[in-house]
Amino acid sequence: MNRPAQSGSTVVRISDLSLEFSTDDGLVQALAGIDLDITPGEFISLIGPSGCGKTTLLRVIADLEAHTSGEILVNGVSPDEARQNRAYGYVFQAPALYPWRTVRRNVILPLEIMGVSRDEREARSTRYLELVNLTGFENKYPWQLSGGMQQRVSIARALCVEPELLLMDEPFGALDEITRDHLNQQLLELWRKTGKTVVFVTHSIPEAVFLSTRVIVMSPRPGQVVDVIPCDFSKDRTLDIRETPEFLEIAHRVREGLKAGHSYDDD
Amino acid sequence: MIDRLRYQGAFLPVLTVVASLIVIWYAGAVFLNSTQLIDRYQRQDINWNLGRLAADAWRMERPVLPSPHQVGIELKKTVLDKRVTSKRSLVYHAGITLSSSLLGFVLGTLLGVALAIGIVYVETLDRSLMPWIIASQTVPILALAPMIIVVLGSVGVTGLFPKSVISMYLCFFPVVVGMVKGLRSPEPMLIDQMHTYSASRMQIFFKLRLPSSIPFLFASLKVAIALSVVGAIVAELPTGGQGGLGARLLTGSYYGQITMIWAALIVASIVSALLVTAIGRAERVALRRLNGGQAVTV
Ligand SMILES: Nc1ncnc2c1ncn2[C@@H]1O[C@H](COP(=O)(O)OP(=O)(O)OP(=O)(O)O)[C@@H](O)[C@H]1O
Ligand SMILES: [Mg+2]
Repeated sequence: MNRPAQSGSTVVRISDLSLEFSTDDGLVQALAGIDLDITPGEFISLIGPSGCGKTTLLRVIADLEAHTSGEILVNGVSPDEARQNRAYGYVFQAPALYPWRTVRRNVILPLEIMGVSRDEREARSTRYLELVNLTGFENKYPWQLSGGMQQRVSIARALCVEPELLLMDEPFGALDEITRDHLNQQLLELWRKTGKTVVFVTHSIPEAVFLSTRVIVMSPRPGQVVDVIPCDFSKDRTLDIRETPEFLEIAHRVREGLKAGHSYDDD
Repeated sequence: MIDRLRYQGAFLPVLTVVASLIVIWYAGAVFLNSTQLIDRYQRQDINWNLGRLAADAWRMERPVLPSPHQVGIELKKTVLDKRVTSKRSLVYHAGITLSSSLLGFVLGTLLGVALAIGIVYVETLDRSLMPWIIASQTVPILALAPMIIVVLGSVGVTGLFPKSVISMYLCFFPVVVGMVKGLRSPEPMLIDQMHTYSASRMQIFFKLRLPSSIPFLFASLKVAIALSVVGAIVAELPTGGQGGLGARLLTGSYYGQITMIWAALIVASIVSALLVTAIGRAERVALRRLNGGQAVTV
């Protein structure tokens, strides 16, 4: 829909991007010299120690934060324009549901704001609630759902806008391991079905390696990319691949990258 | 269900408190009226004991503190035995006070909400308005009320409205304070989320800020409704002749009818209590809806 004219092959193009926050105790360099091109249909994970700027990078792509220098294009246009074109869906770390709205009415909130017709809202919410396995819960309220279900509602809400790009900031961070495995599988399947481009922030190495086509390892102070690790497992992989030598090898490389980031921190 | 149990659980403690207050009241009546009585006993050389003192103290014609049953009799006379249209009926006067409180409450709430929206959305108002709003509440209402009545009267505005203005003056303050806080209460994450939808300020207001402010609004309304009754009564003092519970208070003190003052006070507090309870009920319903039907404790 909002396909860029000049770059059919990149959804996000970031070059030499830096960001400084000015705080009460001076400038904080949150991102420094980030280069990253993301092509359509990729699943990119950002991994790195706490405070290395993963959320900040995601927020720059979403135009929730303004970068200080460098360049960024989302769908070939500025992040601001991309946001106004509703080019992406953003899933926050917490479900961020409205307690006074039912599950369905939470999902259609962005559609109400965009002025989508009532029939279309109904159809899309039904479709995407089915996609996240929440059919039958349309008229429940958030407090009646478990944490994992709430997070799935928030994913359905982001999908409802039908963006080509999905930005997810530790969406499963607060969940237990079993629920998380389950949701990882569902997310993988969803990605396979819809072919969307995903940028996914996580702290978990297995999660990153399992889901991604590329893992971006970041280091803190200032936030930099220390390694870019391709991991091309077959599209219909299951959780079992996490025991295979190929998987463990990539996981090992991610861990090494994280360590390198830390030693950088210690000098 | 749980609510009902809670009310039933509260019934006995409330009854105990009321009973002890009445006992204290009777004791207080003996104590406060004793000086006058003992004086009289001595002048008239009457032998007296505590029993006689108490009995006399509880049925004095012009007591310093009337006993509860005297106030009860006065209430029966002026509430139950009079037609409600009679100028001697406390129900009639309560009606006058109630209507000006309610009008002032509605006006004050509207003013308060409007100011809060201005403060939240216009940065210059945020910095310039709040000090004035706070200053407005440091002026004693008792001094201001007659001036407002006189000024409005001189431009031909009389009757209900000037009294409501005084209620409004007291009411808008808690509403401004509560609503400013309420409209600013949504977490930054929810506001960011609205930005990702590229929502307009109007949409953010109606879909997020306004619903989020409802609990704060109700907390303010409970304070405001009680203040509106105070405002109406204060407003009725300088307009003595026109009726209302404030006018009854003034008449009572003018003729030294302490019992009449007490009866008017009790009716005033019943009116306030009913209004606060009504707001509390509305709050319970509203918050329940806001929580998606989940039970709420207020
Ligand atoms: N609004 C802000 N003002 C000032 N500094 C900020 C702000 N937001 C983030 N920072 C700083 O920028 C750095 C990067 O923060 P960011 O939230 O992007 O880290 P993160 O990688 O997402 O960490 P985590 O894994 O804990 O979520 C941190 O040092 C943080 O203190
Ligand atoms: Mg983060």
